[in-house]
Parts: sequence; C-alpha cells; structure tokens
Amino acid sequence: MWTWFHKLASPPHAYRILGNLAPWFGWASLALILVASWWGLVKAPADYQQGDGFRILYVHAPSAWMSMFAYVVMAVAAGVGLVWRIKLAHAAAAAVAPIGASFTFLALATGSIWGKPMWGTWWVWDARLTSELLLLFLYLGYMALRASFDDPQRADRASAVLALVGVINVPIIHYSVDWWTTLHQPASVTKLDKPSIQIAMLIPLFIMIAGFQLYFGWAVSRRLRGEILRRERNANWLKEAS
Amino acid sequence: MDLQSFFNMGGYAQYVWPAYGLTALVLLWNWWAARRSETEAQTAAQRRNELARERST
Repeated sequence: MWTWFHKLASPPHAYRILGNLAPWFGWASLALILVASWWGLVKAPADYQQGDGFRILYVHAPSAWMSMFAYVVMAVAAGVGLVWRIKLAHAAAAAVAPIGASFTFLALATGSIWGKPMWGTWWVWDARLTSELLLLFLYLGYMALRASFDDPQRADRASAVLALVGVINVPIIHYSVDWWTTLHQPASVTKLDKPSIQIAMLIPLFIMIAGFQLYFGWAVSRRLRGEILRRERNANWLKEAS
Repeated sequence: MDLQSFFNMGGYAQYVWPAYGLTALVLLWNWWAARRSETEAQTAAQRRNELARERST
C-alpha cells in the first residue's frame, strides 16, 4: 500500500497517470455538461413560482458546489504537503487554486443574475453571499501569496497555512443559510431527510454536478502536469522523457 | 416546444441566457488556461533539454 502510494506521489508517475486520465475526464465532462444543459433548459419542467427563471439553478448550484469542493481539495492537498512534505501535494494545491477561483466567480455572477428577477437586487450583504465573496478573496489571496515568493518551497509553506486557515469559511458558507437570516434560500438538495425539489428537476442538476466534477478533474490534471514540469526542471526523468 | 418560446424562456431570457453564456465563458477560459499552463511548461522543458544536449556535445 505504501509503496503504491509512494509510486503514485512520485512526479514521473503522476505526470504520466494524469496525462492518461485527462482525455477521459475531458470527453466525459463535455458529454455530461451538454446532456445536462439540454435537460435543464428544455426537458425539465418550469418551476411553479419562478417559471423558467429557475433554470439558472443548473449552472449556479454546480458552480457554487465546485467552489467549495475545490477549496477543500486545495486545503487538504496543502495540509498534506505541509505535514508530510510531499512536493506533489503542494503542486496540486497550486493547480487547484485558479480553477476554484473561477468557479467561485461563476457562482457569484450567476447568483447575482438570478437574484435580480427573484429578489429584485443584484447583490445584498447577507451571510451566504458575503461568505462566498470571502471565498473568492481567499483564492485570490492564496494565489497572490504564492506569486509573492521567489523560492517555491517558501511559497508552498506560506500559502498552505493560508489555505488551511481559510478552510473554516467552507462550513460557514454551507450553514450560513441556517445560522443567519438570509435572503438566500436554505438548502433544498443537500438535506438529510428528503430533498424538497422534484426528482424531474433534480436529475439534470446531478448530471451537471457530475459533469463539472469531471471537468474539474480534467483541468486539475492539465495544470498539475504543468506544475510538475516547472518544479522538476532538473530531474533526470524529464531529460529522458523529452 | 417551439423555438421562439425556448429562446424567450418564459420572459426570463435576459437572465437565463447570460447566466448560461457566462458559464460557457468560464469553462472555456479554464480549458484555454489549463492547456496553456501545460503546453508552456512542456515547451520550456523541451528547450532546456535541447540546450543541455547542445552544451554536452
């Protein structure tokens, strides 16, 4: 088990495995996103209150989910890198950050577009929106902090600490709608008892989330390969590979 | 469903389509940026190798 793990964490193996996985992630995500878009825009029934406006859900909720998922992946990778001094883990955290930031931006932007017709405002400083905005700043801060060091090892360690401290914000985002009175609606899918939206509306949502998840896998694979090459500039395996 | 009512989105066209368009843009940006990050590192590594080979001969 440990030898397997060490093999996987070795840069040449990771580089090769990611290169093999990426096309599968890419094509599968494209197929799922296209199916979910058609299902969400055409096939799913209109909402009885929001009409066709609710269809923004199919891009808003998956991007909001990905914004938090990516942050947890980034923080766990940074933590692993910090504790066990695995360079590949730091590289993974660095690869995730810009992708997570882009999904956070998308969640905020689509939420804002959805808020206008439903709440009558583009923006309100309620707990859910504010904590999600803080998430965007955490991603941007993480990337800026990395960029401010010339020494990659110091950049890894300093940014890892920021990533770990910031992870507190993720449960705050999730529970913000329960802890505070917010304009944002409470969770309707991730409820323990029973989701409060119709199954016909739910299926395309799950397909879209799966598609986004695979897309994230594709983008991380590509970026991580780039990170590995930049960090392993003097390694022998690289000289043989190209 | 006819095409016109599809594009009209029950009167929410001005919100639904920008939301989907923006999503497409962000996904395309990720595609472009991730590819670029990988290929740039690959060309840089290749160039270093060629230089090292030239120096060793």
